[in-house]
Amino acid sequence: MLIYILTILTFGSIYALLALGLNLMWGMAGLVNLGILAYYALGGYVSALLTVKLGFPVFAGMLIGTLAAALLGAVTCVGLVKLRDDYLAIATLGFAQVMALIAQNEVWLTNGTDGIGQVPRLGVTLQGETFSIVYLLLCLLVVGLVFAGSEILRRSPFGRVLRAIRDDAMVAATAGKHVFGFQMKALAVGGGIMGLAGACYVHYIGFISPEVFQPQLLIYIFLALILGGRGNNVGAVAGAFFVVIIVEGTRFIAELAPSLSAVQVGAIRQLIIGVGFIVVLQKWPRGMFPEPLRAYREPNGERPTASTKVANDLAGRQ
Amino acid sequence: MDLVTEIMQLVANGLMAGAVLAVPAIAFSLIFAVLKVSNFSVAAHIALGAYTAYMVNSLLGWPEAAAVVAAFVVSGSAGVVSDHLALKPLRSYGPLTVAIASMALNMVLENLLRFGFGNTVQALDLPVYRNWLFGSVHIPPQQFYNFLIAVTIMAALFCLLAFTSIGKAMRAVADNPMLADIKGINPENISRLAVFIGMGLAGVGGVLIALEAAIEPTLGFRVILPVFAAAVLGGLGNIPGAVAGALIIGVAEELSTLALPVAYRSAIGFVAIIIALLFFPRGILGKR
Repeated sequence: MLIYILTILTFGSIYALLALGLNLMWGMAGLVNLGILAYYALGGYVSALLTVKLGFPVFAGMLIGTLAAALLGAVTCVGLVKLRDDYLAIATLGFAQVMALIAQNEVWLTNGTDGIGQVPRLGVTLQGETFSIVYLLLCLLVVGLVFAGSEILRRSPFGRVLRAIRDDAMVAATAGKHVFGFQMKALAVGGGIMGLAGACYVHYIGFISPEVFQPQLLIYIFLALILGGRGNNVGAVAGAFFVVIIVEGTRFIAELAPSLSAVQVGAIRQLIIGVGFIVVLQKWPRGMFPEPLRAYREPNGERPTASTKVANDLAGRQ
Repeated sequence: MDLVTEIMQLVANGLMAGAVLAVPAIAFSLIFAVLKVSNFSVAAHIALGAYTAYMVNSLLGWPEAAAVVAAFVVSGSAGVVSDHLALKPLRSYGPLTVAIASMALNMVLENLLRFGFGNTVQALDLPVYRNWLFGSVHIPPQQFYNFLIAVTIMAALFCLLAFTSIGKAMRAVADNPMLADIKGINPENISRLAVFIGMGLAGVGGVLIALEAAIEPTLGFRVILPVFAAAVLGGLGNIPGAVAGALIIGVAEELSTLALPVAYRSAIGFVAIIIALLFFPRGILGKR
């Protein structure tokens, strides 16, 4: 049971990294990227291949995997970022599908659908519970560092420009900001964070296959960010752990209704997540931790007036 | 077989496959035209149509035509109900929120099918025909019938949009919903009708796909990339464009097998999206 809880929390950390990366791309820079699993998978595959086939140390593999995903983020930017919202969503979805095709078919490199096994786990000398505890702590440390970095970015002038671009790219450009450059940096850093998540995953499980492209994961991560609060890093992390708890919590349906087949239980679990997603969007579109909006003080130091509150509320409904 | 014959064969195959793709691509584009929203749950409605056809055809033993009609009605109704419950309340938050919610809706519908039918692969009960031979080009009769069904449906939709007052109203709402409202056209009713026809067509597309492929809950998701690509290539919301886009992608996918491994056929859709968006940001039939 302890190992089970540790596993859930480790997956929570990996989802939290993905949600933080998505928050940078979509929450802050406003780029709807439905291809996020491409970065996650690339980080995992690169790290797995380097450590398995070329015998790199695990840390080096993870680092290069992260950088490769960041590079892919920058490349995506060149091809796709000029597209308007709907077109961007469709194109990025297609981009991830093409990456999945490559993972399935370049058997010489990726081993196809069989996947790459026996990826060295980080901390091979550790066994059983000790391994799980140490790995969880490591993942939590990574989440903490990435969270801190994302918060610094959010509060910095860089983060402010990203939000300005999200809210109105034309205005940001008029103010002399190089919109494309900022978007490329957001996609590269966000992609890198997702690649790191993939590397954390592969050296924990010890295996990677094209299954990492399963579309549910995409939904889970978007749900995590929307549930937590788009634009808010605290929300991204909290939402990710919440989603993992829902996903794992629904596993016990199998015991409540023993007459159902395994496939049916799986279907019900995903139904719950899907319906939950839509309910959350309808009832709490800003999430548990809405993006903090600046409450401007009046020049004489008074609290914000009703009109600024209304303005803030309106801004939040975007 | 010499290269010319091979190319002719591939083009024939591509046109037939493209006509089948065109039906769900029209669905996606029609809904986008009227509601200004990308509805990704088209994928699940394709699968729903295929399962409806499976029940009507394989379990009840009714003919193919009845299966097409049943799929249209069932998928169309499911589309209206799910749109009303899940997506309509989100419209005030903007089209992108709706698009993302439609992915969750797609997961819900797909898993309802999985709950009911399981992951086991099903197939329609169809007679086996011998291929027709035109010169040295082989035409499988089943694919040719699918082509005819697809063309008939497109012609019917064209007549509906071009010659009836409902079609006119739909085009008016697509053009300018506020102006249409002032003229006494209720945009809500027209939106509902567009979703019904659109998702109904997605269901019919599912039947046509199921006539050649195995039926399983992810059937729609597997073909969704070329379907979206066709709609984007033609310009989102442009119905003749979606048809042209689907035919181009169908032929391009087949011709790509000359140079690329067959497994990468569906990547053509992505390449088409990128080319279309780089050179024709409003689609190949879009206004400049």
